[in-house]
Amino acid sequence: MLGYYFRLGLRSLRRNPALTALMVMAIGFGVAASMITYAVFRAVSGNPIPEKSERLFTPQIDSWGPQHNIHGEPPYALNYVDAMALMRAHQATRQTLLYPVWLSVSPEGSRGLPVGANGYAVYGDFFPMFDVPFLYGGRWSADDDQRHAAAVVLGEEFNQRLFGGANSVGREIVLGGHAFRIVGVTRHWNPRPRFFALWGSGGFAEPTDFYLPFTRAIDLKLDTAGNNSCRGQPDFSGWDGWLQSTCVWITPWVELDGDAQAAHYRRFLEGYAADQRRAGRFAWAPNVRLRNVVQWLDYQQVVPPESRIALVVALGFFVICLVNTIGLLLAKFMRRAGEIGVRRALGAPRRQIYAQYLLEAASVGLAGGVLGLLLTAAGMSGVGLLFEPQIARLARLDFSLVGLCLLAAVLATLAAAFYPAWRAAQVQPAWQLKSH
Amino acid sequence: MQIKPILAALRRHKAGTVLIVLQIALTLAIVCNALFIIQQRLAHLSEPTGIDEANLFVLSNQWAGEPMSKAQIDAQIRADVAALRQLPSVLDAAPSNAYPLRGGGWDTFIGLTPEQVQPTSDAAVYLGDEHLLDALGVKLIAGRNFRADEVGSVGLRENVIPPVVIVTRELAHRLYPDGSALGKPLYAMSATPSTIIGIVERLQTQSVDAWQQAYAYQAMLWPLRGAWSSGLYYIVRARPGQRDAAMREAPKALYAQNRQRIFDAGDGGSFAQIRARAYERDRGMAILMGVISAVLLAITAAGIVGLTSFWVGQRRKQIGVRRALGARQRDILGYFLTENLLITGGGVLLGLLLAVGMNLWLVVRFSMQPISPAYLGIGVLLLLLLGQGAVLAPALKAARVPPVEATRSV
Repeated sequence: MLGYYFRLGLRSLRRNPALTALMVMAIGFGVAASMITYAVFRAVSGNPIPEKSERLFTPQIDSWGPQHNIHGEPPYALNYVDAMALMRAHQATRQTLLYPVWLSVSPEGSRGLPVGANGYAVYGDFFPMFDVPFLYGGRWSADDDQRHAAAVVLGEEFNQRLFGGANSVGREIVLGGHAFRIVGVTRHWNPRPRFFALWGSGGFAEPTDFYLPFTRAIDLKLDTAGNNSCRGQPDFSGWDGWLQSTCVWITPWVELDGDAQAAHYRRFLEGYAADQRRAGRFAWAPNVRLRNVVQWLDYQQVVPPESRIALVVALGFFVICLVNTIGLLLAKFMRRAGEIGVRRALGAPRRQIYAQYLLEAASVGLAGGVLGLLLTAAGMSGVGLLFEPQIARLARLDFSLVGLCLLAAVLATLAAAFYPAWRAAQVQPAWQLKSH
Repeated sequence: MQIKPILAALRRHKAGTVLIVLQIALTLAIVCNALFIIQQRLAHLSEPTGIDEANLFVLSNQWAGEPMSKAQIDAQIRADVAALRQLPSVLDAAPSNAYPLRGGGWDTFIGLTPEQVQPTSDAAVYLGDEHLLDALGVKLIAGRNFRADEVGSVGLRENVIPPVVIVTRELAHRLYPDGSALGKPLYAMSATPSTIIGIVERLQTQSVDAWQQAYAYQAMLWPLRGAWSSGLYYIVRARPGQRDAAMREAPKALYAQNRQRIFDAGDGGSFAQIRARAYERDRGMAILMGVISAVLLAITAAGIVGLTSFWVGQRRKQIGVRRALGARQRDILGYFLTENLLITGGGVLLGLLLAVGMNLWLVVRFSMQPISPAYLGIGVLLLLLLGQGAVLAPALKAARVPPVEATRSV
């Protein structure tokens, strides 16, 4: 019976090709606009480290005070003094400090021009904390951190560029004129958004080229390639004065197991701030924060407002397309009131009328979904026109998006067809037969 | 034209009428806001920088190889700019730490006294030498340029406050609204004063983000070469019409000086490239809103055509009766046009509420501007015209229904 209904539906759709095309196009455009903007939104709003996001925290300490802080909130990063104090206290299961560095590198063996490389100065705990996967070798040890070792971990892509992807562990590399020993090569690892280094970056950069020990980077006076923010009247001059100043530029991360440890760490931060007040460094009450990954992403407003507005507008567009479809289906179905009357008079139950008309609508929805899929695929290549390249590149048409696209089209059309089908099923056979 | 019979007929098509009203209302809400967003974004991305964009390009120069001392870097920068200035296609060149529309950079708080806690303004800092004004092509409207002997250099994390600065007119006005800025001091997060020796007409800041809007043209120039290990920008102004040649020659001239450097292709470039990069989001948003508005209007128009066609088909017999009873073709045409006007009018009224509501949400959630009534007016007019235009074809078809139709049974 359903096959027969399907053929009936197709015949009905063919009777008004322009109208059918209009419905299919409305659904297609609506679903495509929603899918394209959703793909971008999904890419920028995802949880970059779902397994651990509840256990990773970034502590903030207000070292600026009420006159200079950010509307009552502590600065987005730590100064060197506070950062080192947190490391020394070691109140977390794992902990790291980090800041971005940029260094030049001369490709080995070639007399070509030097190239730039982007990396982070971190502690050895960085790798297990953030579940960084390794291709060769591994992290450097806590002992290496203590010894300010000249160790370095390369990213897979960087290792590919410099060593053709070979196991480079144990070799030496010169970065920014300083020699480092390679202790590990990570697998491709580029969580997006790059939650651990959000301040001053959009969060959607290319994979990291290298990681080197924080302690070594400070020894070498490697300047931050990221933000540095000062308040008041900084009166230092030179590297050592800068380290002792209240300028903030270091992002700290701690791994805490469970609520109890998080509460403990929060108390520790408050205690630290209170100690600083007693020591005369801070002239204000403790003002600290301990945000986990999701809270931090939210606070730093990683999702560009454009992406959110675009998604909402596209969904509104889809709703209008559906309203349009309801109207057209209603007109189409009610025009066949006579036909329905005859069927009902011959004994067809309402259920059969529903089945027939919903099937017709579903085939429109499916056709709209297929068109929407094509438009989405075409739109994906045009996404670069709408969003910045580093964000546009993230949006891709994968299996789940294809499924979602078709499902959304069919379900939305069925939902839209429900009222017209209900009206069709309510047709009174006697009334229709009488008028003919 | 009698309105009562039209209303009576619409009452028999409640569902269809409500759906069109709803569709028009939603369309109006989205189109008004989309047009407004487009206008805002276009206005934003056409703000002038104040510099000679047509002939300018920026080279992002990073130092490579063995770490150099501050003195070595400073010497290299002097040699570099001298080499650039000697190129026949180059009018002038200067070292700097930033350029307008870079997307972020150095800014500093400014006060009028050394003790001031709450700053008077925030301002972008452009470092450079006595050639920077010419290289940027900004217009000096008061005071003088830096002298060569006033230009110093600043090394890694040194906190150098220059004794003399040049400010933009906007910044001068913010600091000294009575127009007396020239010769007056300012304090850039320091107890050491800097004297304002020159005022330039306009120079945009490095960031065009929303938070910077309040300070968009508050900038100042410091007579310093940034002799940092990381690198700097060379701002190069070509002779008119020779920018492309200068862009080819400049890197070669610098490599001839010293090969231990890296030009970052993703940073700087011609000003057309810089401008495109800085306003990617705004342009994308304007395009997206434009496409959505266009498709939306097309779909709504097509929906009206479709539904009215059905109604005409349904009412052929009644139209025939009216014609047989003496109604002229233009009466039938007028009937459908008026019917559409009533429906669209209802939709537009509801749509105005939705449009304002949506705008309020955008204002609260994304701190956008409140919509100007002009855009609501444009939207209303657009949809009324759209409705009339869409209904015209089916209405003409209805008007052509012959009176004899009244005698035919369906």
